[in-house]
Amino acid sequence: MYAATSLAILVVMGLSLVRAVLGPTAFDRVMAVNMFGTKTVLLIAVMGFLTGRPDFLDIAMVYALVNFLSTIAVLRFFERRCQDNDQRTEEQ
Amino acid sequence: MIIDALDIVTAICLALGCFLGISGGVGIYRLPDFYTRMHATSVTDSACAFLILFGLMLQSGFSLVTVKLGFILLFMVLSSPTAAHALAKTAVQFGIEPLLGREDKR
Repeated sequence: MYAATSLAILVVMGLSLVRAVLGPTAFDRVMAVNMFGTKTVLLIAVMGFLTGRPDFLDIAMVYALVNFLSTIAVLRFFERRCQDNDQRTEEQ
Repeated sequence: MIIDALDIVTAICLALGCFLGISGGVGIYRLPDFYTRMHATSVTDSACAFLILFGLMLQSGFSLVTVKLGFILLFMVLSSPTAAHALAKTAVQFGIEPLLGREDKR
């Protein structure tokens, strides 16, 4: 049961990595990496149950927070660049 | 008896979560446009994660593991809609147009 679940999660991670490599825009890549991180959290949790030692859940918790923070940080960077471009066009 | 029922419910939750996850993965690979792909991602972020973590919570009984899984679930429920909202808002600001209508009719 846990083995099948972790296999399915690995397949999903592979598909999202394919999108992160292919992705035409940068937002596709950010989205795919965010999804990869979410699936990593799930994979860590399921693997803990698969090996009978669910001690890695702390790592999963930290990974969930870091994943969210990294997505927001990259998006802030893009937003800042958008505003800079707008100001530049207004000044011209 | 109760343990058997819990096992069955866990198996159903995990199977449903796997199905939703794989459908979301196929969606993020095959859908034609950024916003449709984002909808596929949101499916896996909310429903798939919720079902898999809920199935694991049923297996762990009353212990610290359940509390940790509950915290992970709480973080995900709070953070994934926020991330999706920020992503869509920044994409709109950046000027990415949604794909309207079918490709062969344009």
